Amino acid sequence: MIHSLFLINQSGDIFLEKHWKSVIGRSVCDYFFEAKEKAVEPENVPPVLQTPHHYLITIFRGKLFFLSVIQTEVSPLFVIEFLHRIADTIQDYFGECSETVIKDNVVTVYELLEEMLDNGFPLATESNILKEMIKPPTILRSVVNTLTGGSNVGDMLPTGQLSNIPWRRAGVKYTNNEAYFDVIEEIDAIVDKSGTTVFAEIQGVIEACVRLSGMPDLTLSFMNPSLLDDVSFHPCVRFKRWEAERVLSFIPPDGNFTLMNYHVSSQNVVAIPVYVKQSINFFESGSCGRLDITIGPKQTMGKTVEGLMVTVHMPKAVLSVNLTPTQGSCTYDSATKVLVWDIGKLNPQKLPNLRGSLSMQSGAPKPEENPSLNIDLKIQQLAISGLKVSRLDMYGEKYKPFKGVKYVTKAGKFQVRS
Amino acid sequence: MLDSNKDSLKLEAMKRIVAMIARGKNASDLFPAVVKNVACKNIEVKKLVYVYLVRYAEEQQDLALLSISTFQRGLKDPNQLIRASALRVLSSIRVTIIVPIMMLAIKEAASDMSPYVRKTAAHAIPKLYSLDPEQKDQLIEVIEKLLADKTTLVAGSVVMAFEEVCPERIDLIHKNYRKLCNLLIDVEEWGQVVIINMLTRYARTQFLNPNINESLLEEGGSGEKTFYGSDDEEDEDEEEKEKKAETAAMAKRKPYVMDPDHRLLLRNTKPLLQSRNAAVVMAVAQLYFHLAPKAEVGVIAKALVRLLRSHSEVQYVVLQNVATMTIKRRGMFEPYLKSFYIRSTDPTQIKVLKLEVLTNLANETNISTILREFQTYIKSMDKDFVAATIQAIGRCATNIGEVRDTCLNGLVQLLSNRDELVVAESVVVIKKLLQMQPEKHSDIIKHMAKLTDNIQVPMARASILWLIGEYCEHVPKIAPDVLRKMAKSFTNEEDIVKLQIINLAAKLYLTNSKQTKLLTQYVLNLAKYDQNYDIRDRARFIRQLIVPTEKSGALSKYAKKLFLALKPAPVLESPFKDRDHFQLGSLSHLLNAKAGGYQELPDWPEAAPDPSVRNVEVKESVPEWTKCSSREKRKEKKVEKPFYSDSEGESGPTESADSESDSGSGSESASGSEVSASGSESEESEEGSESEEEEQKDKKKTKKELKKPVQESESEQSSEEEERKHARKSKISKSESESESDEEDESESESSESESEDSESEAEVKKKKKAAESKPPCKPVKKENKKEKKEISLLDLDDFDPTPSPQVTPVNSFLSSSLVTDLEGLSLSDSVLAPATMAPSSALKSYELLHRITGEGLQVEFCFSRQPFSPDANMVAVQMHFTNNASADAKSLHMEDVKLQSGMRVREFPEIELLPAGETATAVMGIDFCDSTQAANFQLCTQTRKFFVSIQPPVGELMRPVFLTENEFKKEQGQLMGMNEITEKLTLDATCRNEHTIVQRVTAAANLSRVPCGSDKECSPPVPPPDHPVYRFAGRTVTSGSLVLVTVVTREEGAAQLTVNCEKMVIGTMLVKDILLALTQ
Repeated sequence: MIHSLFLINQSGDIFLEKHWKSVIGRSVCDYFFEAKEKAVEPENVPPVLQTPHHYLITIFRGKLFFLSVIQTEVSPLFVIEFLHRIADTIQDYFGECSETVIKDNVVTVYELLEEMLDNGFPLATESNILKEMIKPPTILRSVVNTLTGGSNVGDMLPTGQLSNIPWRRAGVKYTNNEAYFDVIEEIDAIVDKSGTTVFAEIQGVIEACVRLSGMPDLTLSFMNPSLLDDVSFHPCVRFKRWEAERVLSFIPPDGNFTLMNYHVSSQNVVAIPVYVKQSINFFESGSCGRLDITIGPKQTMGKTVEGLMVTVHMPKAVLSVNLTPTQGSCTYDSATKVLVWDIGKLNPQKLPNLRGSLSMQSGAPKPEENPSLNIDLKIQQLAISGLKVSRLDMYGEKYKPFKGVKYVTKAGKFQVRS
Repeated sequence: MLDSNKDSLKLEAMKRIVAMIARGKNASDLFPAVVKNVACKNIEVKKLVYVYLVRYAEEQQDLALLSISTFQRGLKDPNQLIRASALRVLSSIRVTIIVPIMMLAIKEAASDMSPYVRKTAAHAIPKLYSLDPEQKDQLIEVIEKLLADKTTLVAGSVVMAFEEVCPERIDLIHKNYRKLCNLLIDVEEWGQVVIINMLTRYARTQFLNPNINESLLEEGGSGEKTFYGSDDEEDEDEEEKEKKAETAAMAKRKPYVMDPDHRLLLRNTKPLLQSRNAAVVMAVAQLYFHLAPKAEVGVIAKALVRLLRSHSEVQYVVLQNVATMTIKRRGMFEPYLKSFYIRSTDPTQIKVLKLEVLTNLANETNISTILREFQTYIKSMDKDFVAATIQAIGRCATNIGEVRDTCLNGLVQLLSNRDELVVAESVVVIKKLLQMQPEKHSDIIKHMAKLTDNIQVPMARASILWLIGEYCEHVPKIAPDVLRKMAKSFTNEEDIVKLQIINLAAKLYLTNSKQTKLLTQYVLNLAKYDQNYDIRDRARFIRQLIVPTEKSGALSKYAKKLFLALKPAPVLESPFKDRDHFQLGSLSHLLNAKAGGYQELPDWPEAAPDPSVRNVEVKESVPEWTKCSSREKRKEKKVEKPFYSDSEGESGPTESADSESDSGSGSESASGSEVSASGSESEESEEGSESEEEEQKDKKKTKKELKKPVQESESEQSSEEEERKHARKSKISKSESESESDEEDESESESSESESEDSESEAEVKKKKKAAESKPPCKPVKKENKKEKKEISLLDLDDFDPTPSPQVTPVNSFLSSSLVTDLEGLSLSDSVLAPATMAPSSALKSYELLHRITGEGLQVEFCFSRQPFSPDANMVAVQMHFTNNASADAKSLHMEDVKLQSGMRVREFPEIELLPAGETATAVMGIDFCDSTQAANFQLCTQTRKFFVSIQPPVGELMRPVFLTENEFKKEQGQLMGMNEITEKLTLDATCRNEHTIVQRVTAAANLSRVPCGSDKECSPPVPPPDHPVYRFAGRTVTSGSLVLVTVVTREEGAAQLTVNCEKMVIGTMLVKDILLALTQ
C-alpha cells in the first residue's frame, strides 16, 4: 500500500521522509516538483501523478505537501484519506500542522508514523490509542522530562486496540465531568449578480468535547431530527439506533472529536442572512475602475451578524486600490491580488459600505469578468436550519456530568457573483 | 553516548539518530553501536532501536542477525502486546536468512490466543511474501486459517494479506463470505475498504447480473437515448439492445432472482455509506455501482455528493468517479445538479471535472439552467477553464438538438472575444458543430473566414481553413480570396496551418480550378521547398493526385471523390466514456491506465456458480448474523405479522419455500442468514398472494366477533400468531414440496370454511383446540386439557395468551392463570413421563413437528420439557406429543434415518405400537445438540408413511439451570469478562416492568434459574439504587457444562441493561438476542 512518505514544504525542500518498506530514493519526488512547477498555484497540483515506476499521491495541507509513494493498485481515496488523518493527528498532538512544529518534534512525529502504518497498511489511527502509546507533549511534561530524563513514550502498553471500542481509552478520570457539543452550521451559497440565490445549502457538523470519567454511554436526541437529510458519523455512533429512533447513541472518545456531519434536506428554503449590493466597473479608457459594495442584513433571525468579511480575488491587471470603508478595515495585497475587507459586526442602522477606485496596469485590456465576492460571517447562538438538541442522557456512570450545547452559524462557501 | 549506562543519555543519542533518519541522512555507520541496545530495558530506547533496526537491517544483514534472538524471546512473552510488537519488528527486518524463522513465527502467531497477535501475523504475511515469494503456498495456508477467524480485529488485515498474496484464490472466500459480510460493520475503517473491494470482485464471479433483464423495464433508459443525435451511438445502442433482448428472452424463461448472499452483501454495506471515511464511502459506492440492481444504485448519490464538501483532493477523486457514473446512470445525480456548480475559488482541475459532470447531466429539461451557468463560467479569469467550458457547450449542443442553434450563436459571439484562447477554442468547437449541418450556416463560415486576419492560434487557423475548404461550395466567393491571403503568409505559418493551406488549395483546385489554378501551383511550390518533410511529402502527393499528367494513373480520376467525400461528423464524447471497465474508485480508473497489481473486475457469469459453497455449518454463521442484523430481522418480523395474522400456519412454510426456491440451491440446511436475507423479497411476494385470502379472513373474523366478545378474538389472534411463528421456525428447513402442498390444502380448507357455516364452526373448534395446545402453559398437559374442554365451557379462556396484552381484562388473566396452575397440578399427578419436578414459573412453548394435514391426520408437536434426560445427562429432553386426527389407526410410530451434524447424538423414543384414531400419545426423546442450534433431522415413520421432520432448538433450551449464590455468581462473572461478555441496552416493554414478569419472561426464553438476591449489595461495584433492582440468572450448557450467566439491570422508565456472560460466545450472542426479544415484546 503506502510505500513511503515525504513531507515537502512550499519551497520544495523535503524535510522528513519515512519508509515502510524498502527505501525509495528522494529522486522520485522530482516528478512532483515538475508538476508543481507547471501548476503555479499549489492547490492546482494534481493529487495523483504517474511516474514510470511509482504513483505519487499528494495532499496539500497547512502549506505542506504530504507526498506518498505507491507502487501497486490501491484506492486513491484510501491514501488521501490516510494522509489527511496523519495531518489531523499531527494537529491534534501539537496544536498545528506546520513545518516548524514538525521539525521541532521530529522524533515524536516519526514514532507516530511508525505506529500508524505497518508495512504500508494502517495500524492505529485512532488518536486515543496513539496518545496512550506516545504521549503528546505538554509544557509541564517537557520540563519534567528535561529534569528527570523521563520519556514521553507511554510505559504502559496500549489496551485500547484490543477492546471493542478502540476509540476510547480505559481508565479515564476527571474531577469535572463535562460534555460540550458545538452545533456548527455552514451556509454554502452562490448568489448571482442580481441578488437571486443560484444555489444554497446548509452543511452542519457537531463537534464534541467530552471529558467524562469511566465508560459513559451517551444518548443525544434532537427536537427535529427530520431536518437532517444526509449524515455521516464518527464510528462510535450506533447506526442502527439512528436508523430506528433518530437518536445518537454512543460511547464517546475522550477529548475533542467530530460526532457527526450532516446535510440539511434541500426541501427547506435556506435563509440567507445578508444581502450584498455591489457594482464593480472597469473602464475601457483611463485604465481604472470603480468599486462600490454595501452589505445589509436579510434573514438573521434577530441575531447579530459578526465577523463579517469580504474577500475579492481581483483580476491580474489591478495594480492598486484606493478604497474607503465606512466600517472596518480594507487591505489589498498587490502580489496575490486579494482584496480583504474586514467589517466585523453588522450594524443594521448603519450599513457598511466600501467604495473607491481601482487603478489598473496601463495598456492592459479591460478584464472580461468581474471578480466574485467571497463572504465570511458568523452568527452566534443560532443554527440557521433550526436544528435543536433536545436532550443528552448518560448511562453507565453514576456522576452528574455538566452538559452544554452551543450553536454557531457560519458562512461556508458563500459566493456572490458580480 | 550509546555505550553509556544511563538510559537518559542513550535515549538522547537514539533521538538524535532517529532525527537523522527522518531527515533522510545516512546513519548506517552506527549500526553496531545501536544494535547492542536492542535488549535495553527502557521501553522508549527500545522502541527507537526498533525503528533504527527496521530501517537499516537490510543494509547490514549480518549484524542484524544479532538482534533476532531478542525477538524470538519476545515471541514467547506472556504479554500479548509484547508478542505482537516482537513479531512486527521481526517481520519488518528484510533479511532473507531469517525467512524460516519468520515463517515459523507467523504460523505460531496465527494460532495465538490473542486476536491482536493474530492481526499482527496477518500483517506479517505480505511482508514475508515480498521478501520471499516462494513461501506462497505455506502463506496461503496461514491466510486460509486466519480467514476463518471470527474477530473483527483480524478480518481487515487478513483480507489485505489475501489481496497481496493470493487474490486469485477466490475459493478461499466461499466459506467466509457470509461471516465477512456480517462482520463488516464492526471492522475498522481501513479494513472495511479492503474487504469491500475484495467482496465486489468476489460477487462479480459468484452472482448473476441483477440488471440482466433491465431492458424489459428500461423505458426511461431508451427515452434518454433519443437525445443523442449521433448515428453511431444509436447503432451501438441497437446492438446492445439486441443483445439485451436476447438475454431478456433468456431471463423471461427463468426470471432473475437475487441470490440471498448477494442481497446480504448489499444490505450490510449500505450503512457504511454514512461513514466519516471518504474511502469507505467510495468503496461502498463502487460496490453498489457494480453490483446493485439499477433501481437501488441511487442511494449512493447522496453520499458521494456529501464527499464533495471534503478536501479538494477527495473532491478530485470523487468527481472523477462521479463523471464516470453519470455517463451510465445519469438520473442518479440529476437531483444534485446544483451541487456541481462551480465556484471561482475551486482549483482548476476540480472546475474541469465539475464541468464534465454538468455536461453529462445535461438534458432537455435542465439544459437552459446549465447553459446559463456556463455563461457565467465563460467570463472566468481562469482561461483553461473557459476553454473547457466552451468544449462543454459544444458537447451539450451535439447531444441536445434543441439547443444546438442557441449554442452555436453563443459560440459565434465568443468569436469576438478579446482573448485569443477563447476564440480559438470556440472556432474548434464551432467547426465540429458545423460539420453536422453545414448548409444552414454559410454566414458563420463567412464570419470565420474574416477571422483569419486576426486569429493567431494555429489550431484555430487550421480549423477555419479546413472548414472553408470542406464547404467551399457554400462560400464560393470567399474561399479563393482566403487562399490568396494564406498563400502570401504561407512561409510564416505553423506546420498544421501549412498542411491545411495545401489541403484548401487542393480542394479549391478541384472545384474551382479556373480561379485558383495558379494559386495552387504557387502554394505547392512553396511547400515543395519547406523545411518540414511532412509538408514536402504532402505537396508532392497532392500534386500527383490533382494535376493531371500522363503518368498519373487512375487515382487522379478519383481525386475529387477522395478530397470531397462526405465526412462523418465527429462525435463529441466524454473522456470518461469508457472508463467504467475499470473498477470505480481504483487507481487504475483514476489514471485510466492499468496500475500494477490491478485486479480486473470480472464480468458477470452466465450462470451462477453453486451457491452452496458458501454454506457454513450453522454453528458458525448463525451467531454473526444475529449479532449484526438482529434489529433488522426483528423489524422484518414485525412487518410480516399482519400478513400472517389470519392465515393458518401458512406464511411460515410459504416463506421458507420461497426463500429456498429463490436461492435455487434447494439446500436443506437453510442457514439462518439465508432466511433473513430473503425475508424482504418473500414479504413482497406474499403480499400479493395473500390479499385475496385476507379478504376471506376478514369475513370470517367478523363472524367470529359476532359470536364472541371482542377481546377474545383479539387475543386469539395473538396466540395464533405466536403459534405461527413457532410453526415457521420449526418448519423452516422442511422440504419445499411438503410445505407447498401444505399451503394448498390449507387454503382449500379455508375457502370451504367460509362457504358453509357448519363446517366453519367445526373447523373453528379444531382451530381453537390447536390454539389452546400451542399455548405454552397448557402444553405439557394437552391430554387433560382436551378432555376438559369438552366438559367445561371455559374453553374460551384457554385462548388467552399468557403474556398479558393490553386488552385483556385483569380478571380474565387471573382466571386463566389460575386455570393453568390447576392444570399443572393435574399433570403432575397424572403424567407418567414427566418427572417429579417442574420448572416453576417457566411456561413451556410447544413447536409443531408435523402438521396434521401434512401428516395425513397425524399431528406431532414437541416441546422442551426442561427435565434432565435421565438416560444421558448431556442430552436435552424433547417431549413429543402425537395426536391422531385421522379416521384410521396409526401403527408402529418410530423414527428412522437420523441425520445429524458431527458430534450430535440422539436417543430415539420407544416405538409407539398403536395410536388409535382420535387418541393422543406422548413420548420423550433425547438429543445432544452439542451446544449448537443446529437442527436434528430425521424421518418419522408410521407403518405406511415416512415424514421428514427436524427439530431445531432455541438457544435457551440448550442449558439447564444451576443454583448459584450471588457471591458465586459475581465471582464467576468476574472470570468471564471481555470477549465473553455481551451487553445490550433495552427498553422494557410496558407490560414487563415488574419483577414477576421479568423473571418469568427470562426463564421462559431460557432454561435458567434465578440467583437469589443476596444481602451483600454493598460490595457489588455499581450499587444499584434500591428501586432499580438487578436480576441474575444462571445456568450451564447441557453438553459442555459451560456457565451461562445472565444479568438484567433495570433503570428508570423501563430502560434496562442485559448482560450475558458465557464462555461460548456463540451461545451468548444468541441468548442475548432471544432474551432481548422476550423482554421487549
